Amino acid sequence: MDRRFPFKVLEHIFSFLDVNEDRNSVSMVCKSWFETERRTRKRVFVGNCYAVSPLKVARRFPKMRSLTLKGKPHFADYNLVPDGWGGYAWPWIEAMAARRPLLEEIRLKRMVVTDECLEKIAASFRDFKSLVLTSCEGFSTDGIAAVASTCRKLRDLELRECIVDDLGGDWLTYFPETSTSLASLDFSCLDSEVKLSDLERLLSRSPNLKSLKLNRSVTLDVLASLLRRAPQLVELGTGSFSDELDPEEISKLTKALSELKQLKSLSGLWDLLPEYIPVLYSVCPRLTSLNLSYATVQMPDLIDLLSRCSKLQKLWVMDLIEDKGLKTVALCCKELRELRVFPSGADLDETDVTLTEQGLVSVSEGCQKLESVLYFCVQFTNAALVSIAKNRPNFRCFRLCVMEPFAPDYRTQQPLDEGFKAIVERCKDLRRLSVSGLLTDKAFEYIGVHAKKLRMLSIAFAGDSDLMLHHLLSGCERLKKLEIRDCPFGDTALLENAAKLETMRSLWMSSCFVSFGACKQLSQKMPRLNVEVIDEHPPKTRPDSSPVERIYIYRTVAGPRQDTPEFVWTIHKNPEVGVSRLSIR
Amino acid sequence: MTYEKVNELNLKDTELRLGLPGTEQAKEEQEVSCVRSNKRQLQSDNEEESTPPTKTQIVGWPPVRSYRKNNNSVSYVKVSMDGAPYLRKIDLKTYKNYPELLKALENMFKFTIGEYSEREGYKGSGVIPTYEDKDGDWMLVGDVPWDMFSSSCKRLRIMKGSDALALDSAL
Repeated sequence: MDRRFPFKVLEHIFSFLDVNEDRNSVSMVCKSWFETERRTRKRVFVGNCYAVSPLKVARRFPKMRSLTLKGKPHFADYNLVPDGWGGYAWPWIEAMAARRPLLEEIRLKRMVVTDECLEKIAASFRDFKSLVLTSCEGFSTDGIAAVASTCRKLRDLELRECIVDDLGGDWLTYFPETSTSLASLDFSCLDSEVKLSDLERLLSRSPNLKSLKLNRSVTLDVLASLLRRAPQLVELGTGSFSDELDPEEISKLTKALSELKQLKSLSGLWDLLPEYIPVLYSVCPRLTSLNLSYATVQMPDLIDLLSRCSKLQKLWVMDLIEDKGLKTVALCCKELRELRVFPSGADLDETDVTLTEQGLVSVSEGCQKLESVLYFCVQFTNAALVSIAKNRPNFRCFRLCVMEPFAPDYRTQQPLDEGFKAIVERCKDLRRLSVSGLLTDKAFEYIGVHAKKLRMLSIAFAGDSDLMLHHLLSGCERLKKLEIRDCPFGDTALLENAAKLETMRSLWMSSCFVSFGACKQLSQKMPRLNVEVIDEHPPKTRPDSSPVERIYIYRTVAGPRQDTPEFVWTIHKNPEVGVSRLSIR
Repeated sequence: MTYEKVNELNLKDTELRLGLPGTEQAKEEQEVSCVRSNKRQLQSDNEEESTPPTKTQIVGWPPVRSYRKNNNSVSYVKVSMDGAPYLRKIDLKTYKNYPELLKALENMFKFTIGEYSEREGYKGSGVIPTYEDKDGDWMLVGDVPWDMFSSSCKRLRIMKGSDALALDSAL
């Protein structure tokens, strides 16, 4: 008797698997499960575009309808990765265009996307529906226009914090003349003005539009007119909120906003003036997501707004909210799941913005569902961290940035080891952690011992010795991404835990004590790791003992990449000559 | 920021400024990517300074996306008005020129300002907007180009009543 499940039955069962992690596990059971799974996977996620070749991915998943790719290392966000490093979308788009013409969705993060790429997408995928670019660069509004005009079934066009060569607002006129199928449009990162009439016409012929994020140059006086044409919006990102309106205009805007009965998410609000806050009152009770991180409004005006947002689940705000404002959040926003507090850049001495550790303690006390935090603060205490951990053992993501490097507990002058120990001990489900402040090796011993579910860890200006890295690599079983800057880690821990690196997506280390020799050794020992040394000012001679400025190590089955720029050194390049194309495989 | 060329002299050359991180000058400041040697120094530095020194810029710190940094600069100055019970704060970056600023001040403090002329200052209403610049000098609002003003203005004072009248007649 054939004891295998019939293919059709397996296929049907697998079609219920949404989560790619589950699909990955399933595909490793046996060959027939691998085959069945790969034929049914529709949404493909590649966390590092250099980990595997586009061709392999295209061949493996014949039913692919959605492709998500990530390129540059996370620290590229903070200018630690020079321009030209890599992360090019073109090879992927070219490969998919040739082999997977039924692809409907492409989502890219931190990648270089050119107009050529966008034109290729427009020309190759006849059912193309969704383009989401996050922190990408390299394209202009011409490329956007190509997608808008050619992809007749386009549903989502989202440019999230991209750097775009903005040639003007014409691209908006390229959408189909008759009705569009647009459900989501985000051009908040573009600089130039779009014509009001173009935008109005687009909204009028986009009955399915649920999410609209305008750019800053859309002024407040035109907002009411736009909203009247899109009363079905669920997500709204406004333009500038600081232009002068006369009382009649204010009244019209208030009314238009109150007509948005489905609105759940509000963002934009650039330079929100206190006198316009009442305009938003009508939408507050329904809001689940509020992004005030570009609204330079201060206390106490923020309280007027936040005290009305009882359904809020996600809040992004600047430190202008102060401890007082966070106390209001703790009292009023009982559904809060995610909080991000960004630094306003206000000179804190001069402007008396009092955001301290107390703010986060209040929120952790009052908001039972809080599970994700990003908090920028000048200084912190162990006691606060211990309280926070006790209050909220359900944290999944805890990112604390104490802005003063090496800042100890300001009350006791002790390192923040005990505080972070409490966090990792209590928060058993912690997936992502960023630590800061004065930390010794002990802190990392605690993390290695307790943070068993941790996937991503970010460290800066911490630790005493190599031991720290060793604790992490040997202790954190699920670690996938580790990024470290300015810590005294060296070769020993790296080489001793080389095998661990193949279980991780990537490791970034900059301004640490890793030597060139260790990089070479690691490369030789681990052929399935790409060890890339980034050095914009390479010395004429490079002895093995010389420290490297930045290294990026990632596992790959694609071999060494062929598109490294001059300033990236790998073992496959001849260091004397500078650049070579030694192809090993 | 652009500076007008006055008599072919690029004003930028004569400018004295302490820029906030992220502004043009900051790039020329020393950038260090590693502060290991400063570890103990930073901890013991508790002195209050009257003017903030130009900080050594650490690359990529604090870890805020440059996209967010560029969009988000805040520059608050205190505004006092003679006779008003308390001060206000405004963010100069929200205004693009003098008329916008003056209008906002008029709304905030409920007054009307006279017409500005280079020769005679503000005539007519007995209200004179002044500001303290980086050198600690009190200047008349409106004399220098807007960009120069907004980057050197430390606080605003709206003079009125007898002080203003005295100035008015003196000019």
